[in-house]
Amino acid sequence: MKQTLHRRDVVAQLLEERGELLAISGLSAVFDITSVADHELNFPIWGAMGGGAMMGLGLALAQPERKTLVVTGDGEMLMGLGSLATIAILKPKNLYVVVLDNEHYAETGMQESHTGHGVDLAGMAKAAGFSHALSVDDQAGVSRLREMIYQGEGPLFAQVKIAAEKLPMVLPPRDGSYIKNRFRIALLGPSAVYDE
Amino acid sequence: MNTAAAGAGSAPTLAGPPTWADEVHALFKAANIRQIAIVPDAGHSRLIKLCEADKAMRIVRLTTEQEGVALLAGAWLGGEKGVLLMQSSGVGNCINMLSLSLSCSFPLLMLVTMRGDHGEFNPAQMPMGNSTQAVLEAVGVICKRADAAEEVAETVSGAMRLAFNTYRPLAVLISQKVLGAKDFRSLTKVA
Repeated sequence: MKQTLHRRDVVAQLLEERGELLAISGLSAVFDITSVADHELNFPIWGAMGGGAMMGLGLALAQPERKTLVVTGDGEMLMGLGSLATIAILKPKNLYVVVLDNEHYAETGMQESHTGHGVDLAGMAKAAGFSHALSVDDQAGVSRLREMIYQGEGPLFAQVKIAAEKLPMVLPPRDGSYIKNRFRIALLGPSAVYDE
Repeated sequence: MNTAAAGAGSAPTLAGPPTWADEVHALFKAANIRQIAIVPDAGHSRLIKLCEADKAMRIVRLTTEQEGVALLAGAWLGGEKGVLLMQSSGVGNCINMLSLSLSCSFPLLMLVTMRGDHGEFNPAQMPMGNSTQAVLEAVGVICKRADAAEEVAETVSGAMRLAFNTYRPLAVLISQKVLGAKDFRSLTKVA
């Protein structure tokens, strides 16, 4: 089935006027969140495939007053399916996981992923116990998803069906220490890089 | 460092005589460790119970050890400290995920109870247990071993300070000499 949503449009809609939102992205979405802005409260994960949702959980637990949004791809989520169970039993109200599902491994040559063969990620999240688990494939759905993230409580899991397209990369900094400390200073204040 | 010196006055107590686990729990408390990521292991059972009973700590039950590496990177990003408890077999599951800690200089403290070590019974535990330290060191994780019960708390204390003061992953390997090795043949008979 040909998908009409485009990843950059979806991510722009989710990240515009983001307020105090904290954002983490798996590798494929690194270039999408950066295309909106190289924001200091973004943490783009350059590798560590399968860790996106879990990194979001650690951040969400540490920052219960803020919303944490994880944006990642279907391949990255498939590599960390157990984390759906880990998140679901803790039910963090401030964690939102959005999978940009193009049913392919776009970074490595557009090989097909499991989601194009019937694997229902939203169904898995629902079965694990996520309070909200939905699949989105049109513009109205993206608008509703934005509202659920900014107005509603988590844990939320959304699988957004997008077109399989290879876009020019928009690169954030690659120095992990810099990205980490930039984020911590923005979130915790300058004292974050001094001793307690 | 002993339990009293670590400020265990407000710590929960468990039945049975205190062990290294009580000292380590007190160290966690003194260091304001908040997220306890676990894949259960018999060797960690007393420490897990102490942390579960402590309202200042949150247990995060993992389905695989590598989840804990990513979890604790996120925790640090948000201003909280945590620890990861696992058995040596879980180290193999963590190796690629450790690239996150290593490439971004995230502090990470892992307490690893050893299998495939002193007096092991189960052949399946040998390949990973016997290579745990070599594999961790190959990827760039500093390892500190505790071979006796009385060494555990001091080793954890030093490793914890190294991890959080110098922003890197550390593993404390707790020997099977401390934990004891089970002979499964003894478990085939009904008591």
